[in-house]
Amino acid sequence: MVSLCVLGAMLATCFVTLGWSAPAMRQTELSAVRQAPCPTHPLGTDELGRSLLARTLYGGAISLSLGLLAAGVAVVIGAGYGAVAGYLGGRWDAIMMRLVDILYALPYMLLVMLLTVSLGAWLERWQLVGSEWSRFIVLALAIGSVSWLTMARVIRGQVLSLREQPFVEAARALGLPTRRILLRHILPNLIGPIVVFATLTVPQAILQESFLSFLGVGVQPPQATWGSLAADGVRMLNPVRFEWWLVAFPCVALSATLLALNFVGDGLRDAFEVRSTR
Amino acid sequence: MFRFILRRLLTFPLLLLAIYGGAVLLVTATPGEGLETGEKELPPEVLQQKRIAYNYDRISPVDGQIQPVPAWERYFWIWPKRLLWDGDLPAHQYEDWTVVEIMRSALPVSLQLGVLALALAVMLGIGVGVISAAQRGRWLDHVSVSLCLIGISLPTFVVGAALLIAVGLWLRAVPVGGWGRPTQALLPAITLALPYAAYIARLTRSAMLDAYAEDYIRTARAKGLPEWRVLLDHALPNALLPVLSYLGPAAAAIFTGSFVVEKIFTVPGMGTHIVESINNRDQSLILATVMVYSVFLASFNLIVDVVYGLLDPRIRVGAKAT
Repeated sequence: MVSLCVLGAMLATCFVTLGWSAPAMRQTELSAVRQAPCPTHPLGTDELGRSLLARTLYGGAISLSLGLLAAGVAVVIGAGYGAVAGYLGGRWDAIMMRLVDILYALPYMLLVMLLTVSLGAWLERWQLVGSEWSRFIVLALAIGSVSWLTMARVIRGQVLSLREQPFVEAARALGLPTRRILLRHILPNLIGPIVVFATLTVPQAILQESFLSFLGVGVQPPQATWGSLAADGVRMLNPVRFEWWLVAFPCVALSATLLALNFVGDGLRDAFEVRSTR
Repeated sequence: MFRFILRRLLTFPLLLLAIYGGAVLLVTATPGEGLETGEKELPPEVLQQKRIAYNYDRISPVDGQIQPVPAWERYFWIWPKRLLWDGDLPAHQYEDWTVVEIMRSALPVSLQLGVLALALAVMLGIGVGVISAAQRGRWLDHVSVSLCLIGISLPTFVVGAALLIAVGLWLRAVPVGGWGRPTQALLPAITLALPYAAYIARLTRSAMLDAYAEDYIRTARAKGLPEWRVLLDHALPNALLPVLSYLGPAAAAIFTGSFVVEKIFTVPGMGTHIVESINNRDQSLILATVMVYSVFLASFNLIVDVVYGLLDPRIRVGAKAT
Protein backbone atom coordinates (compact mmCIF):
# COMPACT_ATOMS: atom_id res chain seq x y z
CA MET A 1 0.00 0.00 0.00
CA VAL A 2 2.82 2.33 0.91
CA SER A 3 4.58 1.43 -2.29
CA LEU A 4 1.45 2.17 -4.28
CA CYS A 5 1.46 5.66 -2.77
CA VAL A 6 5.17 6.09 -3.54
CA LEU A 7 4.53 5.00 -7.08
CA GLY A 8 1.54 7.29 -7.49
CA ALA A 9 3.41 10.24 -6.06
CA MET A 10 6.40 9.58 -8.30
CA LEU A 11 4.26 9.28 -11.42
CA ALA A 12 2.26 12.37 -10.56
CA THR A 13 5.23 14.61 -9.79
CA CYS A 14 7.17 13.52 -12.83
CA PHE A 15 4.36 13.97 -15.31
CA VAL A 16 2.63 17.01 -13.79
CA THR A 17 5.83 19.03 -13.68
CA LEU A 18 6.72 18.07 -17.23
CA GLY A 19 5.61 21.48 -18.46
CA TRP A 20 8.22 23.16 -16.31
CA SER A 21 10.96 20.54 -16.34
CA ALA A 22 11.10 19.91 -20.08
CA PRO A 23 12.43 23.40 -20.93
CA ALA A 24 14.26 23.80 -17.61
CA MET A 25 16.32 20.66 -18.04
CA ARG A 26 18.02 22.16 -21.07
CA GLN A 27 18.72 25.52 -19.51
CA THR A 28 22.41 25.88 -18.83
CA GLU A 29 23.72 28.31 -16.31
CA LEU A 30 27.46 28.52 -16.62
CA SER A 31 27.85 30.70 -13.55
CA ALA A 32 26.47 27.91 -11.40
CA VAL A 33 28.32 24.82 -12.54
CA ARG A 34 28.51 21.74 -10.33
CA GLN A 35 26.84 23.35 -7.38
CA ALA A 36 25.94 21.33 -4.34
CA PRO A 37 22.30 21.43 -3.30
CA CYS A 38 21.34 24.92 -2.11
CA PRO A 39 18.10 26.96 -1.92
CA THR A 40 18.23 28.16 -5.55
CA HIS A 41 19.14 24.73 -6.90
CA PRO A 42 17.42 22.28 -4.56
CA LEU A 43 19.22 19.25 -5.92
CA GLY A 44 22.36 20.94 -7.18
CA THR A 45 23.54 21.39 -10.76
CA ASP A 46 25.55 19.34 -13.23
CA GLU A 47 28.67 20.19 -15.17
CA LEU A 48 26.77 22.54 -17.50
CA GLY A 49 24.88 24.24 -14.70
CA ARG A 50 21.62 22.52 -15.50
CA SER A 51 19.25 22.11 -12.60
CA LEU A 52 19.34 18.54 -11.41
CA LEU A 53 15.82 18.85 -10.03
CA ALA A 54 14.44 19.56 -13.48
CA ARG A 55 16.60 16.86 -15.02
CA THR A 56 15.59 14.27 -12.47
CA LEU A 57 11.90 15.03 -12.87
CA TYR A 58 12.14 15.01 -16.64
CA GLY A 59 14.29 11.89 -16.64
CA GLY A 60 11.73 10.22 -14.46
CA ALA A 61 8.97 10.92 -16.93
CA ILE A 62 11.08 9.51 -19.75
CA SER A 63 12.18 6.47 -17.75
CA LEU A 64 8.67 5.65 -16.66
CA SER A 65 7.13 6.06 -20.08
CA LEU A 66 9.93 4.02 -21.62
CA GLY A 67 9.30 1.28 -19.07
CA LEU A 68 5.56 1.34 -19.73
CA LEU A 69 6.02 1.29 -23.48
CA ALA A 70 8.50 -1.58 -23.33
CA ALA A 71 6.23 -3.50 -20.99
CA GLY A 72 3.36 -2.86 -23.41
CA VAL A 73 5.37 -4.33 -26.27
CA ALA A 74 6.37 -7.29 -24.12
CA VAL A 75 2.75 -7.88 -23.08
CA VAL A 76 1.46 -7.83 -26.62
CA ILE A 77 4.08 -10.23 -27.92
CA GLY A 78 4.19 -12.43 -24.83
CA ALA A 79 0.46 -12.72 -24.27
CA GLY A 80 -0.19 -13.33 -27.95
CA TYR A 81 2.51 -15.95 -28.26
CA GLY A 82 1.61 -17.67 -25.01
CA ALA A 83 -2.10 -17.69 -25.73
CA VAL A 84 -1.63 -19.15 -29.21
CA ALA A 85 0.81 -21.80 -27.94
CA GLY A 86 -1.43 -22.76 -25.08
CA TYR A 87 -4.59 -22.83 -27.14
CA LEU A 88 -3.20 -24.83 -30.03
CA GLY A 89 -1.53 -27.27 -27.64
CA GLY A 90 0.11 -30.50 -28.69
CA ARG A 91 2.96 -30.39 -31.13
CA TRP A 92 2.72 -26.66 -31.87
CA ASP A 93 2.79 -25.91 -28.20
CA ALA A 94 5.87 -28.08 -27.74
CA ILE A 95 7.71 -26.40 -30.60
CA MET A 96 6.77 -22.87 -29.58
CA MET A 97 7.76 -23.44 -26.00
CA ARG A 98 11.07 -25.06 -26.95
CA LEU A 99 11.79 -21.87 -28.84
CA VAL A 100 11.11 -19.84 -25.72
CA ASP A 101 13.43 -22.07 -23.71
CA ILE A 102 16.13 -21.51 -26.27
CA LEU A 103 15.60 -17.76 -26.43
CA TYR A 104 15.95 -17.60 -22.66
CA ALA A 105 19.64 -18.29 -22.94
CA LEU A 106 20.60 -15.69 -25.50
CA PRO A 107 22.95 -12.83 -24.78
CA TYR A 108 20.21 -10.23 -24.53
CA MET A 109 22.29 -7.22 -23.75
CA LEU A 110 24.16 -7.80 -27.01
CA LEU A 111 20.96 -8.23 -28.95
CA VAL A 112 19.34 -5.15 -27.47
CA MET A 113 22.40 -3.07 -28.28
CA LEU A 114 22.46 -4.41 -31.79
CA LEU A 115 18.73 -3.87 -32.24
CA THR A 116 18.94 -0.36 -30.85
CA VAL A 117 21.69 0.73 -33.17
CA SER A 118 20.31 -0.89 -36.30
CA LEU A 119 16.66 0.07 -35.75
CA GLY A 120 17.77 3.56 -34.82
CA ALA A 121 19.65 3.87 -38.08
CA TRP A 122 16.53 2.86 -39.99
CA LEU A 123 14.33 5.34 -38.17
CA GLU A 124 16.81 8.09 -38.79
CA ARG A 125 17.01 7.25 -42.44
CA TRP A 126 13.26 7.48 -42.83
CA GLN A 127 13.15 10.69 -40.78
CA LEU A 128 9.88 9.68 -39.18
CA VAL A 129 10.70 11.34 -35.89
CA GLY A 130 13.41 13.60 -34.58
CA SER A 131 16.67 11.84 -33.83
CA GLU A 132 16.27 12.54 -30.13
CA TRP A 133 13.03 10.62 -29.98
CA SER A 134 13.99 7.87 -32.36
CA ARG A 135 16.40 6.49 -29.77
CA PHE A 136 13.66 6.51 -27.17
CA ILE A 137 11.23 4.61 -29.35
CA VAL A 138 13.87 2.19 -30.53
CA LEU A 139 15.01 1.47 -27.00
CA ALA A 140 11.48 0.75 -25.86
CA LEU A 141 10.88 -1.53 -28.85
CA ALA A 142 14.18 -3.34 -28.44
CA ILE A 143 13.82 -3.90 -24.71
CA GLY A 144 10.18 -4.89 -25.08
CA SER A 145 10.95 -7.36 -27.83
CA VAL A 146 13.40 -9.31 -25.68
CA SER A 147 11.48 -9.35 -22.41
CA TRP A 148 8.30 -11.17 -23.35
CA LEU A 149 9.54 -14.67 -22.58
CA THR A 150 8.37 -15.02 -18.98
CA MET A 151 5.06 -13.50 -19.98
CA ALA A 152 4.61 -16.07 -22.73
CA ARG A 153 5.35 -18.94 -20.35
CA VAL A 154 2.90 -17.81 -17.71
CA ILE A 155 0.11 -17.03 -20.17
CA ARG A 156 0.58 -20.35 -21.90
CA GLY A 157 0.24 -22.16 -18.59
CA GLN A 158 -2.97 -20.29 -17.84
CA VAL A 159 -4.43 -20.88 -21.27
CA LEU A 160 -3.68 -24.58 -21.03
CA SER A 161 -5.98 -24.82 -18.04
CA LEU A 162 -8.53 -22.33 -19.40
CA ARG A 163 -9.10 -24.15 -22.66
CA GLU A 164 -10.44 -27.16 -20.81
CA GLN A 165 -13.11 -25.03 -19.14
CA PRO A 166 -16.74 -25.51 -20.19
CA PHE A 167 -17.22 -21.97 -21.47
CA VAL A 168 -14.45 -22.38 -24.01
CA GLU A 169 -15.94 -25.63 -25.13
CA ALA A 170 -19.30 -23.91 -25.44
CA ALA A 171 -17.75 -21.20 -27.59
CA ARG A 172 -16.12 -23.85 -29.75
CA ALA A 173 -19.42 -25.70 -30.02
CA LEU A 174 -21.01 -22.49 -31.30
CA GLY A 175 -18.53 -22.67 -34.15
CA LEU A 176 -16.70 -19.46 -33.32
CA PRO A 177 -13.41 -18.93 -35.11
CA THR A 178 -10.25 -19.54 -33.07
CA ARG A 179 -9.25 -15.89 -33.18
CA ARG A 180 -12.52 -14.82 -31.66
CA ILE A 181 -12.37 -17.44 -28.92
CA LEU A 182 -8.88 -16.29 -28.02
CA LEU A 183 -9.68 -12.60 -28.02
CA ARG A 184 -13.17 -12.52 -26.58
CA HIS A 185 -13.32 -15.53 -24.30
CA ILE A 186 -9.83 -16.39 -23.16
CA LEU A 187 -8.08 -13.04 -23.06
CA PRO A 188 -10.46 -11.40 -20.54
CA ASN A 189 -9.69 -14.23 -18.13
CA LEU A 190 -6.00 -13.53 -18.38
CA ILE A 191 -6.12 -9.94 -17.17
CA GLY A 192 -4.79 -10.93 -13.76
CA PRO A 193 -1.50 -12.51 -14.78
CA ILE A 194 -1.06 -9.96 -17.55
CA VAL A 195 -1.28 -7.09 -15.10
CA VAL A 196 1.08 -8.82 -12.68
CA PHE A 197 3.75 -9.46 -15.26
CA ALA A 198 3.37 -6.09 -16.88
CA THR A 199 4.02 -4.56 -13.47
CA LEU A 200 7.11 -6.72 -13.03
CA THR A 201 8.34 -5.99 -16.55
CA VAL A 202 8.31 -2.21 -16.12
CA PRO A 203 11.12 -2.13 -13.54
CA GLN A 204 13.10 -4.64 -15.60
CA ALA A 205 12.81 -2.44 -18.64
CA ILE A 206 13.82 0.68 -16.73
CA LEU A 207 16.78 -1.18 -15.30
CA GLN A 208 17.86 -2.43 -18.72
CA GLU A 209 17.63 1.04 -20.17
CA SER A 210 19.80 2.37 -17.38
CA PHE A 211 22.46 -0.26 -18.15
CA LEU A 212 22.41 0.68 -21.79
CA SER A 213 22.67 4.36 -20.94
CA PHE A 214 25.58 3.58 -18.69
CA LEU A 215 27.35 1.81 -21.52
CA GLY A 216 26.61 4.71 -23.82
CA VAL A 217 24.06 2.98 -26.04
CA GLY A 218 20.99 4.42 -24.32
CA VAL A 219 19.18 7.69 -24.89
CA GLN A 220 21.25 10.41 -26.49
CA PRO A 221 22.05 13.59 -24.59
CA PRO A 222 20.45 16.14 -24.09
CA GLN A 223 17.71 13.58 -23.45
CA ALA A 224 17.89 12.20 -19.96
CA THR A 225 16.54 9.26 -18.03
CA TRP A 226 17.18 8.29 -14.44
CA GLY A 227 19.53 5.68 -15.72
CA SER A 228 21.54 8.05 -17.88
CA LEU A 229 21.65 10.69 -15.15
CA ALA A 230 22.93 8.21 -12.62
CA ALA A 231 25.37 6.86 -15.16
CA ASP A 232 26.67 10.36 -15.88
CA GLY A 233 26.99 10.94 -12.17
CA VAL A 234 28.92 7.72 -11.66
CA ARG A 235 31.20 8.64 -14.51
CA MET A 236 31.93 12.01 -12.88
CA LEU A 237 32.89 10.39 -9.60
CA ASN A 238 36.46 10.99 -8.56
CA PRO A 239 38.28 11.20 -5.27
CA VAL A 240 39.22 14.85 -5.72
CA ARG A 241 35.82 16.49 -6.09
CA PHE A 242 33.07 14.44 -4.64
CA GLU A 243 29.86 15.43 -6.44
CA TRP A 244 27.60 13.04 -4.60
CA TRP A 245 24.36 14.76 -5.53
CA LEU A 246 24.78 13.90 -9.20
CA VAL A 247 24.63 10.22 -8.31
CA ALA A 248 22.48 10.24 -5.23
CA PHE A 249 19.27 11.92 -6.36
CA PRO A 250 18.69 10.08 -9.65
CA CYS A 251 19.64 6.83 -7.92
CA VAL A 252 17.28 7.39 -5.03
CA ALA A 253 14.43 8.23 -7.39
CA LEU A 254 15.22 5.25 -9.61
CA SER A 255 15.63 2.77 -6.78
CA ALA A 256 12.55 3.97 -4.92
CA THR A 257 10.43 3.60 -8.04
CA LEU A 258 11.82 0.20 -8.93
CA LEU A 259 11.35 -0.97 -5.37
CA ALA A 260 7.76 0.28 -5.35
CA LEU A 261 7.03 -1.36 -8.70
CA ASN A 262 8.52 -4.67 -7.58
CA PHE A 263 6.57 -4.50 -4.33
CA VAL A 264 3.31 -3.80 -6.10
CA GLY A 265 4.03 -6.58 -8.59
CA ASP A 266 4.76 -9.05 -5.81
CA GLY A 267 1.65 -8.02 -3.97
CA LEU A 268 -0.49 -8.37 -7.07
CA ARG A 269 1.02 -11.77 -7.77
CA ASP A 270 0.25 -13.01 -4.29
CA ALA A 271 -3.25 -11.62 -4.56
CA PHE A 272 -3.94 -13.30 -7.89
CA GLU A 273 -2.26 -16.57 -7.03
CA VAL A 274 -4.90 -17.19 -4.40
CA ARG A 275 -7.43 -17.43 -7.19
CA SER A 276 -5.35 -19.35 -9.68
CA THR A 277 -4.55 -22.24 -7.34
CA ARG A 278 -8.10 -23.56 -7.25
CA MET B 1 17.76 -39.94 -21.62
CA PHE B 2 20.15 -40.72 -24.46
CA ARG B 3 17.57 -39.76 -27.06
CA PHE B 4 16.83 -36.58 -25.18
CA ILE B 5 20.48 -35.50 -25.31
CA LEU B 6 20.78 -36.57 -28.91
CA ARG B 7 17.76 -34.53 -29.93
CA ARG B 8 19.13 -31.46 -28.20
CA LEU B 9 22.52 -31.93 -29.83
CA LEU B 10 20.91 -32.12 -33.25
CA THR B 11 18.99 -28.87 -32.82
CA PHE B 12 22.13 -27.15 -31.57
CA PRO B 13 23.71 -26.28 -34.96
CA LEU B 14 20.34 -25.22 -36.34
CA LEU B 15 19.87 -22.85 -33.45
CA LEU B 16 23.30 -21.34 -33.91
CA LEU B 17 22.72 -20.91 -37.60
CA ALA B 18 19.45 -19.13 -36.89
CA ILE B 19 21.12 -16.79 -34.41
CA TYR B 20 23.91 -16.08 -36.85
CA GLY B 21 21.41 -15.35 -39.59
CA GLY B 22 19.56 -12.95 -37.34
CA ALA B 23 22.76 -11.22 -36.32
CA VAL B 24 23.84 -10.84 -39.94
CA LEU B 25 20.46 -9.33 -40.78
CA LEU B 26 20.76 -6.83 -37.95
CA VAL B 27 24.34 -5.95 -38.80
CA THR B 28 23.67 -5.45 -42.48
CA ALA B 29 20.56 -3.41 -41.71
CA THR B 30 22.76 -0.69 -40.27
CA PRO B 31 24.04 1.61 -42.96
CA GLY B 32 27.78 1.75 -43.50
CA GLU B 33 30.35 -1.00 -43.38
CA GLY B 34 32.35 0.32 -40.48
CA LEU B 35 35.31 1.00 -42.72
CA GLU B 36 35.00 4.75 -43.05
CA THR B 37 35.34 5.52 -39.34
CA GLY B 38 37.59 8.28 -38.14
CA GLU B 39 37.49 11.99 -38.67
CA LYS B 40 39.24 12.22 -41.99
CA GLU B 41 37.70 10.98 -45.18
CA LEU B 42 39.80 8.13 -46.51
CA PRO B 43 41.38 8.49 -49.96
CA PRO B 44 39.53 6.24 -52.42
CA GLU B 45 42.59 4.06 -52.99
CA VAL B 46 42.95 3.33 -49.29
CA LEU B 47 39.25 2.63 -48.99
CA GLN B 48 39.47 0.28 -51.92
CA GLN B 49 42.35 -1.57 -50.31
CA LYS B 50 40.40 -1.86 -47.10
CA ARG B 51 37.34 -3.12 -48.93
CA ILE B 52 39.49 -5.86 -50.41
CA ALA B 53 41.17 -6.65 -47.10
CA TYR B 54 37.80 -7.03 -45.42
CA ASN B 55 36.31 -9.05 -48.30
CA TYR B 56 33.76 -6.49 -49.41
CA ASP B 57 35.47 -6.48 -52.79
CA ARG B 58 37.92 -8.81 -54.46
CA ILE B 59 40.12 -8.93 -57.50
CA SER B 60 38.57 -11.26 -60.00
CA PRO B 61 40.87 -14.14 -60.89
CA VAL B 62 39.59 -14.10 -64.45
CA ASP B 63 40.11 -10.56 -65.70
CA GLY B 64 41.89 -8.83 -62.80
CA GLN B 65 39.02 -6.37 -62.32
CA ILE B 66 37.76 -5.37 -58.89
CA GLN B 67 34.35 -6.81 -58.23
CA PRO B 68 32.07 -6.82 -55.18
CA VAL B 69 31.75 -9.96 -53.10
CA PRO B 70 28.17 -11.16 -52.65
CA ALA B 71 26.96 -10.60 -49.09
CA TRP B 72 26.02 -14.22 -48.45
CA GLU B 73 29.43 -15.38 -49.51
CA ARG B 74 31.15 -12.85 -47.25
CA TYR B 75 29.09 -13.56 -44.14
CA PHE B 76 28.49 -17.26 -44.56
CA TRP B 77 31.70 -18.48 -46.13
CA ILE B 78 34.69 -16.14 -46.24
CA TRP B 79 34.41 -14.55 -42.80
CA PRO B 80 33.63 -17.73 -40.86
CA LYS B 81 36.48 -19.44 -42.67
CA ARG B 82 38.91 -16.62 -41.95
CA LEU B 83 37.79 -16.48 -38.33
CA LEU B 84 37.82 -20.19 -37.52
CA TRP B 85 40.27 -21.70 -39.99
CA ASP B 86 42.85 -19.04 -40.82
CA GLY B 87 42.31 -17.00 -37.66
CA ASP B 88 43.20 -13.79 -39.49
CA LEU B 89 39.81 -12.06 -39.74
CA PRO B 90 40.64 -8.42 -38.99
CA ALA B 91 38.52 -6.29 -36.68
CA HIS B 92 37.28 -3.14 -38.37
CA GLN B 93 38.15 -0.58 -35.73
CA TYR B 94 41.50 -1.88 -34.56
CA GLU B 95 43.26 -2.15 -37.84
CA ASP B 96 46.24 -4.22 -36.78
CA TRP B 97 44.30 -6.61 -34.63
CA THR B 98 42.53 -9.74 -35.67
CA VAL B 99 39.30 -10.73 -34.03
CA VAL B 100 41.00 -13.79 -32.59
CA GLU B 101 43.67 -11.69 -30.91
CA ILE B 102 41.11 -9.39 -29.32
CA MET B 103 39.10 -12.35 -28.07
CA ARG B 104 42.18 -14.05 -26.71
CA SER B 105 43.14 -11.05 -24.65
CA ALA B 106 39.71 -9.98 -23.42
CA LEU B 107 37.38 -12.95 -23.38
CA PRO B 108 39.09 -14.95 -20.59
CA VAL B 109 38.84 -11.93 -18.31
CA SER B 110 35.10 -11.54 -18.92
CA LEU B 111 34.48 -15.26 -18.56
CA GLN B 112 36.47 -15.48 -15.31
CA LEU B 113 34.51 -12.60 -13.88
CA GLY B 114 31.24 -14.18 -15.03
CA VAL B 115 32.02 -17.63 -13.62
CA LEU B 116 33.11 -16.12 -10.34
CA ALA B 117 29.96 -14.03 -10.09
CA LEU B 118 27.71 -16.93 -11.06
CA ALA B 119 29.25 -19.17 -8.41
CA LEU B 120 28.96 -16.42 -5.85
CA ALA B 121 25.34 -15.71 -6.78
CA VAL B 122 24.37 -19.38 -6.53
CA MET B 123 26.06 -19.96 -3.18
CA LEU B 124 24.89 -16.73 -1.62
CA GLY B 125 21.40 -17.04 -3.06
CA ILE B 126 20.80 -20.60 -1.94
CA GLY B 127 22.30 -19.90 1.48
CA VAL B 128 20.16 -16.86 2.13
CA GLY B 129 17.08 -18.56 0.70
CA VAL B 130 17.45 -21.62 2.92
CA ILE B 131 18.03 -19.56 6.05
CA SER B 132 15.12 -17.33 5.16
CA ALA B 133 12.79 -20.29 4.64
CA ALA B 134 13.93 -21.97 7.83
CA GLN B 135 13.24 -18.77 9.77
CA ARG B 136 10.03 -17.96 7.96
CA GLY B 137 7.90 -15.33 9.60
CA ARG B 138 10.65 -14.29 12.01
CA TRP B 139 12.69 -11.12 11.78
CA LEU B 140 15.62 -12.73 9.96
CA ASP B 141 13.24 -13.78 7.19
CA HIS B 142 11.74 -10.31 6.93
CA VAL B 143 15.18 -8.73 6.79
CA SER B 144 16.42 -11.04 4.08
CA VAL B 145 13.22 -10.76 2.02
CA SER B 146 13.44 -6.97 2.06
CA LEU B 147 17.16 -7.06 1.31
CA CYS B 148 16.46 -9.30 -1.67
CA LEU B 149 13.87 -6.92 -3.04
CA ILE B 150 16.30 -4.04 -2.67
CA GLY B 151 19.01 -6.13 -4.31
CA ILE B 152 16.79 -6.77 -7.32
CA SER B 153 15.80 -3.13 -7.59
CA LEU B 154 19.22 -1.46 -7.41
CA PRO B 155 21.06 -1.01 -10.69
CA THR B 156 24.45 -2.71 -10.78
CA PHE B 157 26.35 0.47 -11.45
CA VAL B 158 24.92 2.11 -8.35
CA VAL B 159 25.94 -0.80 -6.14
CA GLY B 160 29.30 -0.90 -7.88
CA ALA B 161 29.95 2.79 -7.41
CA ALA B 162 28.92 2.60 -3.76
CA LEU B 163 31.25 -0.35 -3.14
CA LEU B 164 34.00 1.37 -5.05
CA ILE B 165 33.78 4.48 -2.89
CA ALA B 166 33.21 2.73 0.42
CA VAL B 167 35.61 -0.18 0.20
CA GLY B 168 38.06 1.13 -2.34
CA LEU B 169 38.44 4.81 -1.53
CA TRP B 170 37.50 5.14 2.13
CA LEU B 171 38.70 1.86 3.58
CA ARG B 172 41.40 1.41 0.96
CA ALA B 173 40.95 -2.31 1.44
CA VAL B 174 41.18 -3.40 -2.18
CA PRO B 175 42.39 -1.86 -5.44
CA VAL B 176 39.66 0.14 -7.17
CA GLY B 177 40.28 -1.15 -10.65
CA GLY B 178 42.29 -3.28 -12.98
CA TRP B 179 42.56 -7.01 -13.24
CA GLY B 180 44.99 -9.79 -12.47
CA ARG B 181 45.17 -10.07 -8.71
CA PRO B 182 42.49 -11.89 -6.71
CA THR B 183 41.72 -8.78 -4.67
CA GLN B 184 40.94 -6.92 -7.87
CA ALA B 185 38.32 -9.49 -8.78
CA LEU B 186 36.53 -9.25 -5.46
CA LEU B 187 34.48 -6.07 -5.85
CA PRO B 188 33.45 -6.63 -9.48
CA ALA B 189 32.36 -10.19 -8.76
CA ILE B 190 30.32 -9.19 -5.72
CA THR B 191 28.71 -6.31 -7.60
CA LEU B 192 27.81 -8.51 -10.51
CA ALA B 193 26.53 -11.33 -8.33
CA LEU B 194 24.30 -9.40 -5.96
CA PRO B 195 21.09 -8.94 -8.00
CA TYR B 196 21.14 -12.56 -9.14
CA ALA B 197 21.93 -13.78 -5.65
CA ALA B 198 18.86 -11.86 -4.51
CA TYR B 199 16.73 -13.43 -7.23
CA ILE B 200 18.01 -16.93 -6.49
CA ALA B 201 17.39 -16.38 -2.78
CA ARG B 202 13.76 -15.51 -3.54
CA LEU B 203 13.41 -18.55 -5.76
CA THR B 204 14.96 -20.85 -3.18
CA ARG B 205 12.84 -19.45 -0.40
CA SER B 206 9.53 -19.88 -2.21
CA ALA B 207 10.51 -23.34 -3.47
CA MET B 208 11.50 -24.36 0.06
CA LEU B 209 8.18 -23.12 1.39
CA ASP B 210 6.38 -25.12 -1.30
CA ALA B 211 8.39 -28.17 -0.36
CA TYR B 212 7.49 -27.73 3.30
CA ALA B 213 3.85 -28.16 2.42
CA GLU B 214 4.49 -31.63 0.94
CA ASP B 215 3.60 -34.89 2.62
CA TYR B 216 7.12 -36.27 2.59
CA ILE B 217 8.27 -33.47 4.86
CA ARG B 218 5.59 -34.42 7.35
CA THR B 219 6.75 -38.03 7.06
CA ALA B 220 10.34 -36.99 7.66
CA ARG B 221 9.33 -35.00 10.70
CA ALA B 222 7.18 -37.87 11.94
CA LYS B 223 10.21 -40.13 11.72
CA GLY B 224 11.73 -37.86 14.31
CA LEU B 225 14.50 -36.46 12.14
CA PRO B 226 16.19 -33.36 13.50
CA GLU B 227 14.89 -30.20 11.84
CA TRP B 228 18.14 -29.41 10.04
CA ARG B 229 18.15 -32.83 8.38
CA VAL B 230 14.56 -32.37 7.26
CA LEU B 231 15.65 -29.05 5.84
CA LEU B 232 18.83 -30.08 4.07
CA ASP B 233 18.14 -33.69 3.09
CA HIS B 234 14.47 -33.59 2.21
CA ALA B 235 13.33 -30.07 1.40
CA LEU B 236 16.44 -28.61 -0.22
CA PRO B 237 17.05 -31.13 -3.04
CA ASN B 238 13.56 -30.57 -4.36
CA ALA B 239 13.76 -26.83 -3.88
CA LEU B 240 16.91 -26.71 -5.99
CA LEU B 241 15.12 -27.66 -9.20
CA PRO B 242 13.68 -24.20 -9.95
CA VAL B 243 17.07 -22.71 -9.13
CA LEU B 244 18.69 -25.08 -11.58
CA SER B 245 16.30 -24.11 -14.34
CA TYR B 246 16.98 -20.45 -13.62
CA LEU B 247 20.71 -20.98 -14.13
CA GLY B 248 20.46 -20.68 -17.91
CA PRO B 249 18.83 -17.25 -17.95
CA ALA B 250 20.99 -16.19 -15.02
CA ALA B 251 24.15 -17.10 -16.88
CA ALA B 252 22.97 -15.18 -19.93
CA ALA B 253 22.28 -12.12 -17.81
CA ILE B 254 25.48 -12.35 -15.78
CA PHE B 255 27.87 -12.88 -18.65
CA THR B 256 26.44 -9.99 -20.61
CA GLY B 257 25.82 -7.94 -17.47
CA SER B 258 29.52 -8.03 -16.81
CA PHE B 259 30.02 -5.33 -19.46
CA VAL B 260 28.58 -2.77 -17.08
CA VAL B 261 30.65 -3.95 -14.15
CA GLU B 262 33.78 -4.03 -16.28
CA LYS B 263 33.25 -0.41 -17.12
CA ILE B 264 32.92 0.65 -13.47
CA PHE B 265 35.98 -1.23 -12.29
CA THR B 266 38.01 -0.74 -15.48
CA VAL B 267 38.35 -4.45 -16.02
CA PRO B 268 39.94 -5.14 -19.42
CA GLY B 269 37.24 -7.54 -20.60
CA MET B 270 34.98 -7.75 -23.62
CA GLY B 271 32.72 -4.92 -22.45
CA THR B 272 34.50 -1.96 -24.01
CA HIS B 273 35.23 -3.83 -27.22
CA ILE B 274 31.58 -4.73 -27.62
CA VAL B 275 30.22 -1.25 -27.01
CA GLU B 276 32.78 0.28 -29.34
CA SER B 277 32.24 -2.30 -32.02
CA ILE B 278 28.48 -1.81 -31.96
CA ASN B 279 28.77 1.96 -32.01
CA ASN B 280 31.25 1.84 -34.89
CA ARG B 281 29.39 -0.87 -36.81
CA ASP B 282 32.44 -3.06 -36.61
CA GLN B 283 30.76 -5.94 -38.40
CA SER B 284 33.37 -8.66 -37.98
CA LEU B 285 33.85 -8.13 -34.25
CA ILE B 286 30.09 -7.82 -33.58
CA LEU B 287 29.28 -11.05 -35.37
CA ALA B 288 32.13 -12.93 -33.75
CA THR B 289 31.19 -11.73 -30.27
CA VAL B 290 27.52 -12.52 -30.66
CA MET B 291 28.40 -15.99 -31.85
CA VAL B 292 30.95 -16.69 -29.14
CA TYR B 293 28.49 -15.70 -26.46
CA SER B 294 25.65 -17.62 -28.08
CA VAL B 295 27.71 -20.79 -28.38
CA PHE B 296 28.88 -20.45 -24.81
CA LEU B 297 25.45 -19.79 -23.34
CA ALA B 298 23.69 -22.37 -25.49
CA SER B 299 26.12 -25.08 -24.44
CA PHE B 300 25.80 -24.01 -20.83
CA ASN B 301 22.05 -24.32 -21.18
CA LEU B 302 22.42 -27.73 -22.75
CA ILE B 303 24.46 -28.92 -19.78
CA VAL B 304 21.91 -27.49 -17.35
CA ASP B 305 19.12 -29.27 -19.21
CA VAL B 306 20.97 -32.58 -19.11
CA VAL B 307 21.65 -32.22 -15.40
CA TYR B 308 18.03 -31.33 -14.86
CA GLY B 309 16.97 -34.41 -16.78
CA LEU B 310 19.26 -36.55 -14.63
CA LEU B 311 17.88 -35.10 -11.42
CA ASP B 312 14.22 -35.02 -12.33
CA PRO B 313 12.99 -38.16 -14.08
CA ARG B 314 9.71 -36.47 -15.03
CA ILE B 315 11.47 -34.37 -17.64
CA ARG B 316 12.93 -37.39 -19.40
CA VAL B 317 9.56 -38.68 -20.52
CA GLY B 318 9.31 -35.82 -22.97
CA ALA B 319 7.81 -32.41 -23.42
CA LYS B 320 4.38 -33.71 -22.42
CA ALA B 321 5.18 -33.78 -18.73
CA THR B 322 5.99 -30.10 -18.53
